[in-house]
Amino acid sequence: MSSLKFKLIEGTRSAGQSIFAHGFRSFLTTLGIIIGVASVIAVVSVVQGFSANITQQFDGMGTNVINVESFTPRKERLQGVRAKLTYDDYLQIKYKITGISDVTPTVRMWGSNAGITYRGQTSSSMIVGTASTYQKLNTVYPERGRFFNASDDQSRRRVAVLGPSIMSKLDIKGDPIGQHVGVSGEWFKVIGIAEKRGKLFGFDQDDFILLPFSTTRALLGGAEEPDIIISFQVNEPSQLDQVKQQVTNLLRRNHNLDQDANDDFEIATADQMLDTFDEIIGSTTLVLGGIVGISLLVGGIGIMNIMLVSVTERTREIGIQKALGATRFDILLQFLIEAVFLCLLGGLLGLILGFGAGSLISNLTGLPSATVPLWAVILSFGFSAGIGLVFGIIPAAKAANLDPIDALRYE
Amino acid sequence: MSKQTIIELKGIAKRYVMGSESFYALDHIDLDIYLNDYIAIVGSSGSGKSTLMNLLGCLDYPTNGEYKLKGTDVATLDENHLAGIRNQEIGFIFQNFNLLPRASALQNVMQPLIYRGLPLVERKRRAENALTMVGLQDRMTHVPNQLSGGQRQRVAIARALVTEPAILLADEPTGNLDSTTTIEIMALFDQLHADGQTLIIVTHEQEIAERCHRVVTLKDGHLMSDQLNQSQASSPSFEVNAGV
Repeated sequence: MSSLKFKLIEGTRSAGQSIFAHGFRSFLTTLGIIIGVASVIAVVSVVQGFSANITQQFDGMGTNVINVESFTPRKERLQGVRAKLTYDDYLQIKYKITGISDVTPTVRMWGSNAGITYRGQTSSSMIVGTASTYQKLNTVYPERGRFFNASDDQSRRRVAVLGPSIMSKLDIKGDPIGQHVGVSGEWFKVIGIAEKRGKLFGFDQDDFILLPFSTTRALLGGAEEPDIIISFQVNEPSQLDQVKQQVTNLLRRNHNLDQDANDDFEIATADQMLDTFDEIIGSTTLVLGGIVGISLLVGGIGIMNIMLVSVTERTREIGIQKALGATRFDILLQFLIEAVFLCLLGGLLGLILGFGAGSLISNLTGLPSATVPLWAVILSFGFSAGIGLVFGIIPAAKAANLDPIDALRYE
Repeated sequence: MSKQTIIELKGIAKRYVMGSESFYALDHIDLDIYLNDYIAIVGSSGSGKSTLMNLLGCLDYPTNGEYKLKGTDVATLDENHLAGIRNQEIGFIFQNFNLLPRASALQNVMQPLIYRGLPLVERKRRAENALTMVGLQDRMTHVPNQLSGGQRQRVAIARALVTEPAILLADEPTGNLDSTTTIEIMALFDQLHADGQTLIIVTHEQEIAERCHRVVTLKDGHLMSDQLNQSQASSPSFEVNAGV
């Protein structure tokens, strides 16, 4: 056994020697592996960084929070039909469903009247009318000042909580608390500034203004009932499905839907969204992995090709080694080690290059910072070594099976 | 003389088949080689010298016959065992040196010991001894193309000696060397013989054959003569004797 150990050490040494003796050629030989591994790592690092960031975002939401939104199939939407969740739906859910708490209505204001003004500056940030319980469900906490409370909502006070991005957009100087911003021609007193949350999918999550729900509803006027989102928390996570069923039944009844009609609303949990997202990330990784796998395969064929050339070139050397007492296994081992060594070097270079590229992409596009998970590193190295073994075996066998007399005579 | 037999060849034949034709490169060779023999195998081109050398060196199998090396019948061994025999019992010296081009003199000499699975320290110790024995203690780190022809052949001899083989097999060892270097190398062979080494030298050069103590002549695959050189000065001593 110790004899094999010395042969392995010696094989590695001589593989290193012959790889570095033809440095440029070795580099070109393993370029396929370098590029293959680099693309794996670049893709994985970006996707993983992305996914880690998203998971973090979802974690803040709480897993037993349910969002109910209206849903109109695309076909009907083109016909001008729009499903809607109303204030009445909110009241029904709040008072008729048991085992839930913090039922929160949310309304978003869009369109021409949705500008926010401050001393001549205008911003088209997202305007959200919601209840005080919103902060609990969405983990939006004020960094300064306070969030509005139930009494602000009941008495339709004109108060606002700003997302941090608005501050710069409206060029608000000094302490914003107590100042007034205009929304739809009405003045709102700023009572709080939310914590910074950063970007998601390149979308600024801090570009919003929160107003009390009843104030917003009044602001929108009574002409048309606004479409709202209803969020609440399920007290017992085990009752999640039961609550969903109850809400579904209640809303269908409330919307007078026929037995065979589809739901005109969607019930989504944070968990569900996370699952969907994980699925997307997973299949993206798989598809990209497949493409990259093909490039590694091509790289492997490149290695095999050059190794075959190298065996021919070194025929005489192999003959000498055989004359000196090298067995077939010794020669096989030597060339296999060389192929694996070459692939692992390529893998290492690819790893460094890929991580660099991933970080660069992340920085340039404003995506979350790249992370390379350990499994990707191990997989790349394992795969590189595997390619070395698989594609090295044919050249190595060719070398091992050379006839010593012919090999010695080879010019 | 009660000499210890190292090699016994009985009825060795080697037949090559080329298409539909076949011919015997060696035809029924009987030859015994003893401990501390100093043999020249001579003969013209195509006489079967190289084939005999390959067989003696366990690089090739005979078609017929029995080859006993130190009592072991090597004609029936498989390739891995033959590799082991080459490593343990045979030291090769070639006309064109056949050194590994990228390896230093020391590494070249250590090479056969790798296949024995010896640790580096031991390989190095033995290789340094062997190189010192051939007078190259100052050239250990040089690669072959930094060495002269004579020095290269000395490295090759050191490489052949490092395994302490039963026989040294030299194939035209001075064929690529000038006359001065040839004399040096032959002096080294004489020295090795004096130290008890068994040497087999394949050559077509008369002067080389004259240095040896026994001359075996081949012609067309047959053993033509097997003579002792009583006095190396009394040439010509290896005239072809008729008959087998």
